Amino acid sequence: MATVLERVTKVIVDRLGVEESEVKLEASFTGDLGADSLDVVELVMELEDEFDMEISDEDAENMSTVGDAVKYIESKQ
Amino acid sequence: MTNLTGKTAIITGGSRGIGAEIARRFSDAGAKVVVNYSGSQEKAEAVVADIQANGGEAIAVKANVSDSEAVKAMVDETMNAFGSIDILVNNAGITRDNLMMRMKDDEWDDVINTNLKGVFICTKAVTRQMMKQRAGRIINIASIVGVMGNAGQANYVAAKAGVIGLTKTTARELASRNITANAVAPGFITTDMTDKLSEDIQKAMLTQIPLGRFGKPEEVAKAALFLASDDSSYMTGQTLHLDGGMVM
Repeated sequence: MATVLERVTKVIVDRLGVEESEVKLEASFTGDLGADSLDVVELVMELEDEFDMEISDEDAENMSTVGDAVKYIESKQ
Repeated sequence: MTNLTGKTAIITGGSRGIGAEIARRFSDAGAKVVVNYSGSQEKAEAVVADIQANGGEAIAVKANVSDSEAVKAMVDETMNAFGSIDILVNNAGITRDNLMMRMKDDEWDDVINTNLKGVFICTKAVTRQMMKQRAGRIINIASIVGVMGNAGQANYVAAKAGVIGLTKTTARELASRNITANAVAPGFITTDMTDKLSEDIQKAMLTQIPLGRFGKPEEVAKAALFLASDDSSYMTGQTLHLDGGMVM
């Protein structure tokens, strides 16, 4: 069974077209990974699908790094 | 001939008038069609039967466009039936005409909810799928009165002018995902909606139309077909006036 980080990494690599090695916990979506505002919305939607959960707009706004997303998802499982 | 083979189109208010004509034309061009309706189940089923008799694929789906839960369910049903959503035609519309001095809050709200909020709700509902597909066409049926104004239609005019603005924002927000949004602004088109107008009003309208006649639903459907096809690939955020020259 893949870890949360592995699954999040796969979604990010697929969606943003970045190298797996760039997806570090401290990497920010818009700064380091080159996502624009629509990419972030899409990413959140795909994470919702991947983990079968709802992520509220407020929670999504607080997720700026890969680590934020992983921590949030782990806290909800 | 314009080809929509393999594409799926949702036509809101597809049971009659301009919407029914768009549904038929899109099917003729090869699209799988979702004929949305709110009240006219029989008419929607008749359009579907027509399409199927001509060898096309179509389903009728009931949903009030101003009800986001119902619209979500329609999108799910479309995905289950056809597996993609490539084209949305926001056509559903109602009128509750009255002079502004006499217009009731309910008349205002009903028209804004269906004709403007409904466009927002349906667009939002299909956007997720279109973004995933990295392709999509959104076609909003506005009205020429949204450009020129019209006495006795404050609610309808405000909604249709709103749709033209919404089209431009949709176009800007989604352009990077290869989703285009354009509007069609029909003038006086012969349908159930315009048949309700008195003969005097119809005569008065005619004097305002340089081409000297009312339009036909198929003349709007052809423009919608152009906007749904690859022929309009470099066009987004625009409003096509199909009005016999009323507004230039």
